[in-house]
Amino acid sequence: MSMPFYVSPEQLMKDRADYARKGIARGRSVVVLAYDEGIAFATENPSRALHKISEIYDRIAFAAVGKYNEFENLRVAGVRYADLRGYSYDRQDVNARGLANAYAQTLGTVFTTESKPLEVELVVAEVGHVAEEDQIYRLSYDGSVADEHGFVAMGGQAEQLTERLREGWAPGLDLAGAVRLAVDVLGSQPEGEPRVLTPGQLEVAVLDRTRSRRAFRRVAAPALGTLLGQPAGDDAPTDGAATTDGAAPDVSAATDERG
Amino acid sequence: MTDSHGRLPRSFTTPGTSSFLDFLAHHDPSLLPTGRTLPAGDAPASTHATTIVALTFDGGIVMAGDRRATAGSMIASRHIEKVFPADEYSAIGIAGTAGLALELVRLFQLELEHYEKIEGTLLSLDGKANRLATMVRGSLGLAMQGLAVVPLFGGYDLQRGTGRMFSFDVTGGRYEELEHHAVGSGSVFARGSLKKLWWPGMPASDAVRTAVHALVDAADDDSATGGPDTVRRIWPVVAVVTAEGYRRVADDTLAEVAAQVDGMRRATESGGGAR
Repeated sequence: MSMPFYVSPEQLMKDRADYARKGIARGRSVVVLAYDEGIAFATENPSRALHKISEIYDRIAFAAVGKYNEFENLRVAGVRYADLRGYSYDRQDVNARGLANAYAQTLGTVFTTESKPLEVELVVAEVGHVAEEDQIYRLSYDGSVADEHGFVAMGGQAEQLTERLREGWAPGLDLAGAVRLAVDVLGSQPEGEPRVLTPGQLEVAVLDRTRSRRAFRRVAAPALGTLLGQPAGDDAPTDGAATTDGAAPDVSAATDERG
Repeated sequence: MTDSHGRLPRSFTTPGTSSFLDFLAHHDPSLLPTGRTLPAGDAPASTHATTIVALTFDGGIVMAGDRRATAGSMIASRHIEKVFPADEYSAIGIAGTAGLALELVRLFQLELEHYEKIEGTLLSLDGKANRLATMVRGSLGLAMQGLAVVPLFGGYDLQRGTGRMFSFDVTGGRYEELEHHAVGSGSVFARGSLKKLWWPGMPASDAVRTAVHALVDAADDDSATGGPDTVRRIWPVVAVVTAEGYRRVADDTLAEVAAQVDGMRRATESGGGAR
C-alpha cells in the first residue's frame, strides 16, 4: 500500500489561494464607488445579456469577477436568499450584512473542504437613505470579508486600480463624475496610454437612493454616452452586434428606466 | 436558512429554476400555502373581501376594488385594499377569503419579481396569467373547504401593445375577458352596470369614472360591498395600467370622480329610483 505524500496545511492552502488568484486575475476588473445619490458599479463587458452586475433586492446589488458559472450560481443563490428572507419576515429585514455573511460562509467552506476553490471575488452593496448608511462588502475566494468605505476595485490589477480610485475619489461626487472616474480607472494601463472605453464596451449600473422601492437601475449605452460626454454614435457597430441577443434585454432596459 | 457549516444550502445553489415557488417547494414546502394540510371540519367564519371590477380602455386597463371586508354579517374592515400591482405592468385584484388572498398576492408579486431578477427579463402577460392559474389551482383543497380565492388579473401586454385581463376559477381555469369583467359578491350588479356604461375606445378618465360607478352600483345592491365613504374620505382603490406602467389613482381625483357619479345618479333620480 502506498502512502500519500505529506503536504503541510500551509502549502495546501497556499496552492489553493494561488490557483484562485490566478483565475480571478484573468477576468476584467469591476469598480464600485459611492456617489452623492447612491452607489455606482462599472465594468468592461461587451455582452448585453451576461451580466457581472445585478440586482439582488430592493436596495442591494451584486457585482462579481472571475468564473461566470461560479458567480452566476452565487448570484442566483443570493436572490433566493433575499427573497426567502423577505417573504418569511418583511422586505425591510433583508440586509446586505446577512447576505455577505452567507456568501462568506459559502466561499470559506468551499475553499477549505472542496477540491477546488471558487475563482470569484464579489461585492455586495446596499444603498442607505443617507450616504452614511451605505454599505459595501468585498468578499474574497477564501471567505474573507472586508467592509469597504467609498470605493472598491476587484479583478486583475485591483491594487493599481484601487490606488487610482484613492487619488480621484472624494465623498459627494455626482453621478457623472463617479462614472467618468470609474471609466478612466478601468481604461488605465500599467504602462502606456490609457485606453478609451466607449459606452458599448461598458456595463454600468447604479443603486439610486432617490428611487422609492427598487433602487437598482442599469445605465443603458445612450444614457452612458451622455454621462461620459461621448456622442452615442461611437458605439454603433457594437449596438448592431448586441441586437443578436434578441429583444429581451431591451425590455428590461425599458423597465429599469422607470420608477 | 443555512446548513451546519453555515454555507448556503444546496437547494440555493442548485441551478435550473427561475421560479420562487419551485425553489420553495424544493427547499421548504411547509412555507407554501399548498404545503399545509387542513384538519377536518368547517373553517370558522373569517374575513372576506368582495367586489373587483376591471375594464379595458384606449391604451390599457383600469382595475378597481371597494374597501369593505366582511366576516359573516359584520363589517370586518372599512379600508382593506384588494387591488395591488403584480409588477410594473400588471395589476391583481382579489375576492374571497382575505387572509389566503393576501398571501396569494404576496407570493405572486414575489414570483414575478424573482423571475425578473434571475432571468433579466419580464414574463409575458400570458406567462404571468398562467403562473397565477397554477397558484390558484394549488389551493383547490382550501376552496373545497369554503376558503376560495378568486383573483382578477389584468395588465398591459408589451408585445401586443394592448391592455388585457384574465379571470380565474378555483380549479385553475384561466379565461381571457374582453371589454370588462367583475368578480366577487357584488359582481352581478357591477357587471350589469359595466354593460351599460362601457363603450369601445373610451379614454382613461371615463374608464376610471365607469369603474367607480360600477362599484357604487354593486354597493347599492350588495351588502358586502362598500361604496365611496365621503364622511371618512375612504375611496375605492383604482389602478390604471398602461404602457407607462402601473399607476394608482390619487385620492383627490377619486373624490371628484365619486362626486361626478353622485351627480349623475341625482340627475336621474325620480322618487327612489336612482341609478
